[in-house]
Amino acid sequence: MPKIKIPKSSPSIDMTPMVDLAFLLVTFFMLSSTLKSPEPVEVDYPTSISDHIIPKNVIMITIDKGGRVFFDISNAEARKELLANMGTKYKIKFNEEQFKKFSFMSAFGCTMQELPQYIDMESGARKAFNTKGIPLDSLNNQLKDWIFYGNIAALNTGKTNYEEAKLSGEEPEMNDFKPKFILRVDGKAVYVHAQNVINVFRDLELNNLNFVTSMEMAPL
Amino acid sequence: MAEMGEGGGGGGHEKGKKRAKKSSTRVDMTPMVDLAFLLLTFFVLTATFSKPKVMSMVYPAKPDPKDLTKPPKINNAITFLVTEDKLFYYTGQYYSVPTGDKPATVLEETNFGPKGVRKLLAELNKSVLIGKEGLDKQLERKEIQDSTYLRKLIDLKKERDALKVLIKTDDKATTKNFIDLVDELKIAEIGVIAPVDILASELELLKSKIK
Repeated sequence: MPKIKIPKSSPSIDMTPMVDLAFLLVTFFMLSSTLKSPEPVEVDYPTSISDHIIPKNVIMITIDKGGRVFFDISNAEARKELLANMGTKYKIKFNEEQFKKFSFMSAFGCTMQELPQYIDMESGARKAFNTKGIPLDSLNNQLKDWIFYGNIAALNTGKTNYEEAKLSGEEPEMNDFKPKFILRVDGKAVYVHAQNVINVFRDLELNNLNFVTSMEMAPL
Repeated sequence: MAEMGEGGGGGGHEKGKKRAKKSSTRVDMTPMVDLAFLLLTFFVLTATFSKPKVMSMVYPAKPDPKDLTKPPKINNAITFLVTEDKLFYYTGQYYSVPTGDKPATVLEETNFGPKGVRKLLAELNKSVLIGKEGLDKQLERKEIQDSTYLRKLIDLKKERDALKVLIKTDDKATTKNFIDLVDELKIAEIGVIAPVDILASELELLKSKIK
């Protein structure tokens, strides 16, 4: 009887399809992921069933676990206008370089007096900057000024953007260009901290606020 | 066997012409796969899939101190008192002491789960939920337009019988607790949600309940 021959298979496998697949996936993830802009604090959002995405023209207040308050405004042009107004109000002079740097900065949580120093820092060093957040007590309510002037600046840039969109032949809704107010509050932060910030908004008669939440399935 | 000379190329060539080595056209792909999967892992781990969403919240305007008109009486209201991971409520008006024929307010306890607050709200806000179901069906059968549906839904939520909710928090309630409650209110299709400041006597009552 002849012996049954087991075909000798080569131990090396053709990897080409595997490479194809791997690179396809790499390309997909590279294109679909948006790189996170560096934020000074990590915030863990509470969950809700809401499915509205974050609008474009926003003023964003971040409150971390310990109740520190950070301010951010989305539009680069509005940032410049805001910094100019805040500089005049607090009698602090900023140079061209600082204006430029400020317009590309992410959220910040320092007092107006610390701001020039903070702007001059390298973006890597900013994270290590020891800050107590933007003061909002009644004696030194800097947050109120930030929101007040921020709102004016964001309204102006919103208006220009609206006009531009109109000229380019679209039919824009004015409402989409108005600044919205976003609260990024850490789920573990005590609600009183959020309430203090909300009261600043209410003092300025800005009553329509938005909480950032991560999505959760709606019950059926 | 001994004839197998140098190289793997030719089998039985005797010292003849020198041939260029035929290198295999196959490239070893293993390092490339390594690299590809390394990159893949990196992008998978850094990718954020669910972009954060926003939940809108309308706060009541600060009352004008010059305005002396009394606030209108609210029909069918419920007040939630939120503290750290616990939830209490009472319905109707608040009485710190027995007033007239009304006894002093007693706090009821509930929880954030589906059997607690969700069931309670579904019961109290029945008229709106039933009305919404009817509108949903009309929309499905294309009897009404999208815009009419939205307008009718808003009107429905403002009706006299619709439940109005007041939220009061103490100094221990976390933002998660607050958002969880508001989320439940949105699930229950409640139109009027008002976060208001807690009264001192309510805080006392809440503290005595927690102990």
